[in-house]
Amino acid sequence: MLVERTWLYALAHHADLAVALRQHVALSAAAFVAAALVSLPLGVLAARSAAGRALVSIMTAVRVVPSLAVLAFMLPVLGLGFVPALVALFILACPPILINTDAGFRDLDPAVREAARGMGMRGWQLLTRVEAPLAAPVIIAGLRTAAVEVIASATLAAFIGAGGLGTFILDGLANNDARQLMLGAVSVAGLALGVEAAASIALTAAARPRAADATGLAVA
Amino acid sequence: MISSTPSPLSSQTAAPHAGIRFDRVSKTYGPHRRVVDDVSFDVPAGACVVIVGPSGCGKTTLLKTVNRLIEPTSGTVFVNGRDVRSFDPSLLRRGIGYVIQQVGLFPHMTVDANVGLVPSLAGWPRERIEARVREMLELVGLDPAVFGRRFPSQLSGGQQQRVGLARALAADPDILLMDEPFGALDAIERSRLQGELAALQARLHKTILFVTHDVDEALRLADAIVVMRDGRVVQQDPPLRLLTRPADAFVAELVNAADLVRRLSVMRVRDVALGPPDGAPAGAPSGDALGQDDDLRCALSRMLATGNFSLRVRDGSGTVIGTLTLERMLEAARLAGG
Repeated sequence: MLVERTWLYALAHHADLAVALRQHVALSAAAFVAAALVSLPLGVLAARSAAGRALVSIMTAVRVVPSLAVLAFMLPVLGLGFVPALVALFILACPPILINTDAGFRDLDPAVREAARGMGMRGWQLLTRVEAPLAAPVIIAGLRTAAVEVIASATLAAFIGAGGLGTFILDGLANNDARQLMLGAVSVAGLALGVEAAASIALTAAARPRAADATGLAVA
Repeated sequence: MISSTPSPLSSQTAAPHAGIRFDRVSKTYGPHRRVVDDVSFDVPAGACVVIVGPSGCGKTTLLKTVNRLIEPTSGTVFVNGRDVRSFDPSLLRRGIGYVIQQVGLFPHMTVDANVGLVPSLAGWPRERIEARVREMLELVGLDPAVFGRRFPSQLSGGQQQRVGLARALAADPDILLMDEPFGALDAIERSRLQGELAALQARLHKTILFVTHDVDEALRLADAIVVMRDGRVVQQDPPLRLLTRPADAFVAELVNAADLVRRLSVMRVRDVALGPPDGAPAGAPSGDALGQDDDLRCALSRMLATGNFSLRVRDGSGTVIGTLTLERMLEAARLAGG
């Protein structure tokens, strides 16, 4: 039975699995954090300008390019290994974060913003106390999409020699070994689902106050 | 066109520079859209001035020039004698209470956080903010223990507007700007909040600039009413004068000046020359007595309800000081129409 054979294979190669998992998480996390650091402030700025709108349109177009194509494109430019994989995943992660951050801020009711200014909030206070909390659900949804996409696409990094859980799939294909294929697929799926679940909890927490009318006075 | 009589807004100024002054304020968008057109008037310290007019008349734009959410194209707005442009905008706004319709409360903040917002921006210590929030919620008739930790979405429309008022008063500003604060409420709740605002104002004596399209609301709350149309001030007068001497056909129609009952609603028992105290029928129950500050519409309603058209009037100490009859009341209303 495949599940049992995969389990036994994983036990026998747990050291390889640990290394691959660490590579996968490190690569994904590095790409995700870099993309968030660039795209969040860019998204905030984009929502305030016409140029930002154009940038967001370009990003929407970038999303259409398949992950594998981005990786393949990196190969002649940056060669093999961790860095080209990181750059490719960074490029993949930016659009969802940027697009959602822009949308989250752009869709805020202008009257809320004006009320906040009317209370005497300065720009930074307006951003941190009103705009960011209100846009948070949309932004977190973008971060979640980016995280899941990065984890799934990091599998392909094995093709350009960056390691990770994709190594098992690559080897499985080469050796025609179903156990290795299964181990790679299941561990990537598990990682992605775990991140998805964590993001969903964060999303629920961020949206809680405004969803409160549905639950009546439960919050009080 | 401004009415020919001296402005009631400038005649009763308590301190010469307190309050709000609009000096030839205009606001244009593009070359052809003149939203506010050469508006000048005063809101004396401690007075409630209500701007009334149809939607698009420029009243909200004018209000927002006071806290610099909108900068006039020309002219100057003074707050307590100082050109508003000489203030840091954020500090100016923290010193002016601002109450707006509907979206005014921040949906992601509790009632406590909403009310304590301006004090927290001003850097008050936490204990002082908490005490002030409790005090303000009690002032507007909300139990802090019950409502403090709720979110705005868990409140009724009337409760939300009470919180909005509490928030505007929290940093104890001299000046309140109120932009159609009760516009989204049902008639009963609106009337109740108008009554509570009037009672609060009688205690707090804030300088209030209030914008509404509801003439009855204006008549009820205003010390003076400014009627605007197409960006211009058409008339500025106390409520009774507005009803009895409308400047033109537009104002007459807007306030329905011919409505005698409406006129009675802005007059008080003390405005009538009362009959002698013994004029009332001996058998009239004392519970029917009116106070000097009751309005005449209320007196008329009492007469119609009881079938007794001659009511005793008591002063603050309870002494009967005269008799109000239907004839005397109507005479006063006609005289007011001069």
